[in-house]
Amino acid sequence: MPGVVWGPDVGSGLLALAVVLPVAGALLILPLGRHAERVPHLLFMAGLVLATAIAYHVWIGGVLTAAIGGWPAPLGIVLRADGLSAVMLLTTALVLVPVGIFAAGEFQPRTADGRESRAGLLFWPLMMGVWAGLNGTFLSNDLFNIYVALELLTLAAVPLVTLEGKAGTLAAALRYLLFALLGSLLYMLGAALLYGTHGTLDLTLLADRVRDDASALIAAALMTAGLLAKTAMFPLHLWLPPAHGGAPAAASAILSALVVKASFYLVVRLWFDLFPSLLDDTGATVLGLFGAAAILSGSVLALRQARLKLLVAYSTLAQLGYLFLMFPLAGGGTEAQPWTAGAWSGGIFHAVSHAFAKASLFLGAGILVQGIGHDRIADLRGAARSLPMVIAAFGLSGLSLMGLPPSGGFIAKWLLLTTAMASGRWGWAVVMFAGGLLAATYVFRVLNRAMATPEQPLRLVQPVHQSRQLAVLFLALVSVLLGLVPAIPFELLQIGGGLSTVEGFR
Amino acid sequence: MTAFPLLDPALCFVILTTAVLAVAIRTVFAAVVSFIVFGLLMAIAWVRLGAVDVALTEAAIGAGLTGVLLLSTVARIAKHRADRGDDVPILEGPEPDPAPTDPLPGLATQSLAIVLSAAVAAALVAAVALLPVPAPGLVAEVGSRLSETGVESPVTAVLLAYRGYDTLLEIVVLLFALLGVWSLTADARWGGQPGLRHLARPDGVMAYLGRLLPPIGLLVGVYLFWIGGYRPGGAFQAGTVLAAVWLLAVMAGLVPIPKVSGIRLRLALVIGPAVFLAIGLAGYPLHGAFLGYPPAIAKVLIILIEAGLTISIATILGLLVAGAPEERPS
Amino acid sequence: MSVDSLFTQPGLYGVTGALAIGIGVYGLIVRPHLVRKIIAVNMVGSGVFLLFGAVADRAAPGPGGDPVPHAMIITGIVVALSATALAATLTLRLSRETGRTALPPEPEDPAVQDKES
Repeated sequence: MPGVVWGPDVGSGLLALAVVLPVAGALLILPLGRHAERVPHLLFMAGLVLATAIAYHVWIGGVLTAAIGGWPAPLGIVLRADGLSAVMLLTTALVLVPVGIFAAGEFQPRTADGRESRAGLLFWPLMMGVWAGLNGTFLSNDLFNIYVALELLTLAAVPLVTLEGKAGTLAAALRYLLFALLGSLLYMLGAALLYGTHGTLDLTLLADRVRDDASALIAAALMTAGLLAKTAMFPLHLWLPPAHGGAPAAASAILSALVVKASFYLVVRLWFDLFPSLLDDTGATVLGLFGAAAILSGSVLALRQARLKLLVAYSTLAQLGYLFLMFPLAGGGTEAQPWTAGAWSGGIFHAVSHAFAKASLFLGAGILVQGIGHDRIADLRGAARSLPMVIAAFGLSGLSLMGLPPSGGFIAKWLLLTTAMASGRWGWAVVMFAGGLLAATYVFRVLNRAMATPEQPLRLVQPVHQSRQLAVLFLALVSVLLGLVPAIPFELLQIGGGLSTVEGFR
Repeated sequence: MTAFPLLDPALCFVILTTAVLAVAIRTVFAAVVSFIVFGLLMAIAWVRLGAVDVALTEAAIGAGLTGVLLLSTVARIAKHRADRGDDVPILEGPEPDPAPTDPLPGLATQSLAIVLSAAVAAALVAAVALLPVPAPGLVAEVGSRLSETGVESPVTAVLLAYRGYDTLLEIVVLLFALLGVWSLTADARWGGQPGLRHLARPDGVMAYLGRLLPPIGLLVGVYLFWIGGYRPGGAFQAGTVLAAVWLLAVMAGLVPIPKVSGIRLRLALVIGPAVFLAIGLAGYPLHGAFLGYPPAIAKVLIILIEAGLTISIATILGLLVAGAPEERPS
Repeated sequence: MSVDSLFTQPGLYGVTGALAIGIGVYGLIVRPHLVRKIIAVNMVGSGVFLLFGAVADRAAPGPGGDPVPHAMIITGIVVALSATALAATLTLRLSRETGRTALPPEPEDPAVQDKES
């Protein structure tokens, strides 16, 4: 394997730190208690530097690998970062910094009377846990290790949903937890069967050994079903909106932008890196149909919501649907066409731009709740005048949801769309057009209300700190920027990818 | 393959019977009891499969602690009902499923469940039949590098050396489960004591047991920790025993219940993962890789990690069973 | 690679694991009480571990077995306990706040539930 280094060179040495940093953060914050105020922000900044450094090393030197403890696979666990891992790491770090700044206005470890605050303290280690779980998933090359990372992700994410202590979120959190647990057990079951067949759980070794046979198919089906439940993909999707819509805004942003992407990322890894020969037309079409159903049903349900946070949550269901269109468009049939790589990149690009857009939308909805006391769409008149930055950010992020230029979502959907048309598969294209129209309807429904002039000027019930509004705007701008300079992320994405990812954008 | 050719089929039959009971039996309390029996039988199955380490863990954690946790959940739910005036006796009383307030699934859901679970089970049986002969595995690899780890027990070598990174994440998972449990505290109770009560009268059986058992348990716990390097045992089993000892001592009224905000408690929670992380980072200069142990001092490093882990595991497991700080009876 | 392999010792435990998973999945879907759902998830977990253990036994029958799956199963059991503790505490809170011990049939708007309770 050219470009693969097992030794302790700088780039490879950084990989483990991407998990060590957030874990150390959680271990530090806990005993510090109410004195931990500044620690998370320093860690988020350090994490951004670290993710950038890893991406830089991937960019200049190709795929990075590191055998933990010096034990190579199959005995030990190997960390591996290719272009896709680097992009996911960077996305995570870039979303976490503004979300951290936003959340500081809400979660302070110290209460006004100097005691330790429950939610104000615990929010931060839980965020660190989510972060460690995400980075662990993106960097691990070992199926069982990924299982542990996924469980860490779940056990840190679920308490975020109920952190405000509202009774209504308890059922949502439990439903989320049960789906996630069953999902990871099915995933683990598939991994156990693969170990029994091939004697290793290392992805690179497995990719060489896996055959196109019935036992591989059973393992792949179990793992995929488990991961679909965790991604909230149709028809296992109904747990998501109440959980994401009921959580505190900063937590919703993380859950919708990043957490569901971890299991999606694994589905991509499985089908494009581990089982490419198994991805026949039938399997790819089934995944695509789930995606299409998610786009249509999620968009229609989003239209019917009365509250902004729930609208945004249902829109996540719809936007996750686009991700699964990449399976019929980029896979399905072994003859690689020049356009299939476009669909692969389009799918990943959509995951990334949706992360920024959705984080911005949830934080924006949180600011509306804080500023005007509610997020009822019908009563948003005058919001654009009182909170211009937030409504502007909503419009910019909305571009990504609708797939309009200039936005990351436009580039992603355009790539998927051109693939569908180039290969003559009009059905998928029609679904995407319909999804775009529905998205435009629900985005403009909110914007129209917010821009309308109220009978009496809207008074803010609580002032909103400038830094929180800037965090929202920053995330929206990144989602637009991705559409203006897509070349760099695209080149990074293609490093170390499989056959389906080359060719690509140019 | 043994003198009792029917032992394994009989064990499997009983395991599945308790599994069906745990799902089908009428009251939730009886379901929990069935599940505990199921777990204990599973531990015997692990002995039959030659996995004594797993058997110890399954008995102590899978059946034992999980069982205690579920029983106390059922008891506390019954207490909530009693507090609201629904007249239900606490432990032996049937917590019906469905409870009066809870919805039942429709016929369509039930048929779907039967089809789905039968399909999953059938596919898995097929997958088991399809497993290749000879079976692949890592037995030889584990053995050939055992001397570099400084431990003699292969499972401990996998847990703390070859796949130590899994174990590091695992203890972090355990810690986050406790944070999740704590996050469900009512704000007014934050910083207080977990929802555990002194149950014993000073002259009762509980107090007597509470005085008698802790020294023995302590000894067993330390022993399990120490032999982990050679034979089945180690930090997780030792931590479980120590947690049980602590819970018993607390319920007997011998030890005060610590507050969740106490600094010493917080340090006990993080010491295991912190030591693990620190030794892992020391691996960069010492052995060129995260979690790399130079063979000459590998044994010392692993004992240090296990010692830290035992403290944290015992603390976390004990507090997980104790639950979130909650309103205490006046 | 045959039906015969089901009648060996590891095959027997593998099949037992598979059936326990099926029973657990059924209980998870059909039983409304949350404590029973937690039991069902744990049963699926135990079945997965047993199946994995049977795989380990095939690699090296008799005492010992393949230690790599054994270590993973120990990790899995601890992770399962962690999840059970969180689920049990959530169930307790739900029971105390709403009097319910089951999930509402369809996911609802959390804000609507807040007003009801």
